[in-house]
Amino acid sequence: MADQEHEWILRLGDDALVLAQRLSEWCSHGPALEEDIALSNIALDLLGQARALLTLAGQREGLGRDEDALAYFRTDREFRNALLVELPNGDFGDTIVRQMLFDQFAVLRYEALASQTVDLELAAIAAKALKEVRYHAAHSAQWVVRLGDGTEESHRRVQESLNMLWPYTAELFEDDAVSKACNEAGVLPLNASFTARWTEQVRAILEEATLTCPESTALLTGGRSGRHTEHLSYMLAEMQVLQRTYPGAEW
Amino acid sequence: MVSDRIAQVERILDGVMDPELPFLTITELGMIQGCDLDEDGTVVIRLTPTYSGCPATDAIQDDIKSALQPVEPRFRIDIVHAPAWTTDWISAEAREKMRLNGIAPPEGTSADKAFLLGKSHTVPCPRCASEDTRLVSPFGSTACKAHYQCNACAEPFDHFKCF
Ligand SMILES: [Zn+2]
Repeated sequence: MADQEHEWILRLGDDALVLAQRLSEWCSHGPALEEDIALSNIALDLLGQARALLTLAGQREGLGRDEDALAYFRTDREFRNALLVELPNGDFGDTIVRQMLFDQFAVLRYEALASQTVDLELAAIAAKALKEVRYHAAHSAQWVVRLGDGTEESHRRVQESLNMLWPYTAELFEDDAVSKACNEAGVLPLNASFTARWTEQVRAILEEATLTCPESTALLTGGRSGRHTEHLSYMLAEMQVLQRTYPGAEW
Repeated sequence: MVSDRIAQVERILDGVMDPELPFLTITELGMIQGCDLDEDGTVVIRLTPTYSGCPATDAIQDDIKSALQPVEPRFRIDIVHAPAWTTDWISAEAREKMRLNGIAPPEGTSADKAFLLGKSHTVPCPRCASEDTRLVSPFGSTACKAHYQCNACAEPFDHFKCF
């Protein structure tokens, strides 16, 4: 097992936790009751994945930190999520395009993790999460098609969402010392190896949605090493305030 | 003696209901992966959550604790993730109970990925049995259910997703 594996699992757990927190902001604000419920359910699945992953990251780290210590008592600079998932929700189109871009990646990553045999506990969590994110991926892709191939206004607005979010996608496929060490240990292929299939699947969805795939230019990155947008700091302030004010509080 | 303790625990677990499907036991839903004794003589109950984020998992653990505490205080609940829970473990009787309680049970097996490919298979209405139904939303009142409506009798209903 790679000695940096806990760092790598933290990235997975933080992707799930931060996106869960973002999606939960939709609760009672959804465009329709069904979609309100759907986004809340997806948030709940992601939160469950985050709990299992952060627990495992804490165990692999070996410093006695549990899921709560990792979720509530790390600063923004210590979070390892990709920038894409911390961006503000924007309108429903922004949220669902972000979700589609992330879900397509999450399916590929969990497929790879579920089939490796180096870390069986991680494989078990991934196998369970994979079933869930496949449902999420089907849902978000369907919405992108419906909005892209919808009215003139819905088309224009999700195209803008896509153009705004696209520069954040390249970070998902970056590799560094941590991902290379995990790859050498056989836990996961390099992130770059997911690029081709992700691009192919996303392009197919965008084509069906009659949307134009943006030309990648700017590369916005830094989340994996703790350099985040200011949005994460505000989000964590809200998420962590109760535990930081009353450590160990239960209700 | 040992098997008596296990048998007693299993009997008690058979009486613990799922908080979100209160007409089904956690055993009928396939959430108990087994019970045995560890080397210290503690009864270990292996519980598998249905969905990663299912909020009922915490409630179920509390229910197991309060049911067992008076008769078998030496126990522990281990949450197991592998093999991942599947609706294939829901018994035929439990599926029938769902139908009687207005919930369309999972159709087919989890190997059938019809929904994910954009084709939802026929889900008969639990009220009038009509096969003329439509998917309203793939995410229903809980993570494990989708929301359907019957075109024949207009009844809205939950469908327990194949998972
Ligand atoms: Zn009907």
